[in-house]
Amino acid sequence: MRENYKLWYYLRKSLVYFLLIFAAVLVFIPFYWMILTALKSDYAVELVPPEMFTWDLHFKNFIDAYKSTRFDLYFRNTLFVAFCSTTGTVITTVLASFAFARLEFKGRDTIFMLLLATMMIPGEMLIITNFVTIKNWQLDDTFAALILPFMTSVFYIFFLRQTFKQIPNELYLAAKVDGTSDFKYLLKIMVPIAKPTILTIIILSAIGSWNAYVWPNLVTSLSNESVKLISNGLRSSAFVDDLGRVKYNWQMAGSTIVTIPILIVFLTLKKYIIRGVSRSGIKG
Amino acid sequence: MFENKHNWKGYLYLAPALILILIFIIYPLFNTFLTSFKENYQFMTGEYDGFSIQHYMDVFKSSKFKVAFKNTMILTIISVPVSIVIALLISVGLNSIKRLQGFLQTIFFLPYVTNVIAIGLVFQFMFNHNYGIINTVIGWFGIGPVHWMDAYASYGEAMAVIIIYSIWSSLPFKIMVFLSGLQTIDKQYYQAAQIDATPKWRVFLRITVPLLSPMIMYITITSFMGAFKTYEHVLSLFGDGGTAGDPGNLKTMVWYIYEALDSSKKGSVAVASASAVVLFIVIMIFTAIQMYINKKRVHY
Repeated sequence: MRENYKLWYYLRKSLVYFLLIFAAVLVFIPFYWMILTALKSDYAVELVPPEMFTWDLHFKNFIDAYKSTRFDLYFRNTLFVAFCSTTGTVITTVLASFAFARLEFKGRDTIFMLLLATMMIPGEMLIITNFVTIKNWQLDDTFAALILPFMTSVFYIFFLRQTFKQIPNELYLAAKVDGTSDFKYLLKIMVPIAKPTILTIIILSAIGSWNAYVWPNLVTSLSNESVKLISNGLRSSAFVDDLGRVKYNWQMAGSTIVTIPILIVFLTLKKYIIRGVSRSGIKG
Repeated sequence: MFENKHNWKGYLYLAPALILILIFIIYPLFNTFLTSFKENYQFMTGEYDGFSIQHYMDVFKSSKFKVAFKNTMILTIISVPVSIVIALLISVGLNSIKRLQGFLQTIFFLPYVTNVIAIGLVFQFMFNHNYGIINTVIGWFGIGPVHWMDAYASYGEAMAVIIIYSIWSSLPFKIMVFLSGLQTIDKQYYQAAQIDATPKWRVFLRITVPLLSPMIMYITITSFMGAFKTYEHVLSLFGDGGTAGDPGNLKTMVWYIYEALDSSKKGSVAVASASAVVLFIVIMIFTAIQMYINKKRVHY
């Protein structure tokens, strides 16, 4: 009887492991196929049926694909936009969260509830008017158009306010007694304590810039390379040979080049990302 | 006087964020709604000829919108429940093991951070008729080759690719939320069930699912919202045309909005506004229905 029970236990455990590993393999296939194809020779990539594995790896494809586009420029643009919008976001959210968490002023809770309510609104409703605003301000095809709307976020304010609220009020009152100004207290005490949350905000905001496609596509013109971001650059890159046929190994190399930096960020800072994400609804 | 000083200070700290929110969130919300009623609206000059519900009539009558609505509905109704069930099973499985848990968790989270455009190109190539991995693998079992997304693809095949891509990229978020929910369930429930020798499937249905129901409700609502707004996935798979094979129009509701916005026709911004309001209302209706159903079922 006892033996039987043990047998069932191991059978069930093995089944769970088998199914989980099977699912993990399915989830991983796109990454595998992307990297494998990126490393295949021009000949191997057009084999029917395709090889599932090969030792004939062509790392040069990455260099060729990189050089066939303006990736250097797109990278620089994206880093610049990510840096500016992330810096702006951190400044505005830290100040606003502090106001909501510590300061007392008329209408504080009403304003906070109103802001929370705006998180329900689909971005598509906002994008239309923002598009008109940017056009009217004649900011289309500028970095300002790509940065300004992303310099704050209601969700991050909400997120950081929660963290600020957990810091005991006694610290604040003690600082008041010592004559420390609010701003100094925020900078010297609250920000250092809330560092993990702020780091989460920085990472999520930077990833947002890296993956931005729709808005940049709307407010910059396709022909303007000087303000093009990485996703838009990848989409508009042709990756074709002299005859105009798609070079799939280059295309996959391009996708890999865009994917790898963000995967590295994810793997090194995983805990901060998951912390933020499991509390949010950003990204469908 | 002290009170006043405090008031002034609070607003000062709030100002940078609040100004941006007013310009880019609050004002657009009202303005888009207002614009949707404006006749012959020209956004560069701001001129218009009065208000009417004409644009809404146009949207509802438009055959393009009907197709977009149908596509969005099919996509949503299949991908949301399927991805929730898969995510739930994976989370419960992950939560029940010790060895390899961290490693598998990382693998399942990978799609979360990826670039929609880059991976869209990858899926395109995976489902390539001749050179793709999918046709090769199903070929081992004597199936296919399937056209999936080339010029001869059927509507169902092309839709299947979109659904698979949507599920793949939406799994991580769901697994993250479910897993953090599972970790808060009190072990006592399971111990009690073990003493009673309750079968595992019954434990899952009678303990895990009810105790996880707030997370399931949250995920259901956010997933429906996300799926209704599908756009980039289709765009990255099928390109600017949004079509495959015949009669393969795969454009979604959000696509319809952006297409209206992008055309330089007079009044097109107003049409885009009207269709965005329609999308907003559709999402609200669905959310309200779910809240109503869930109110009876969710166990807090």
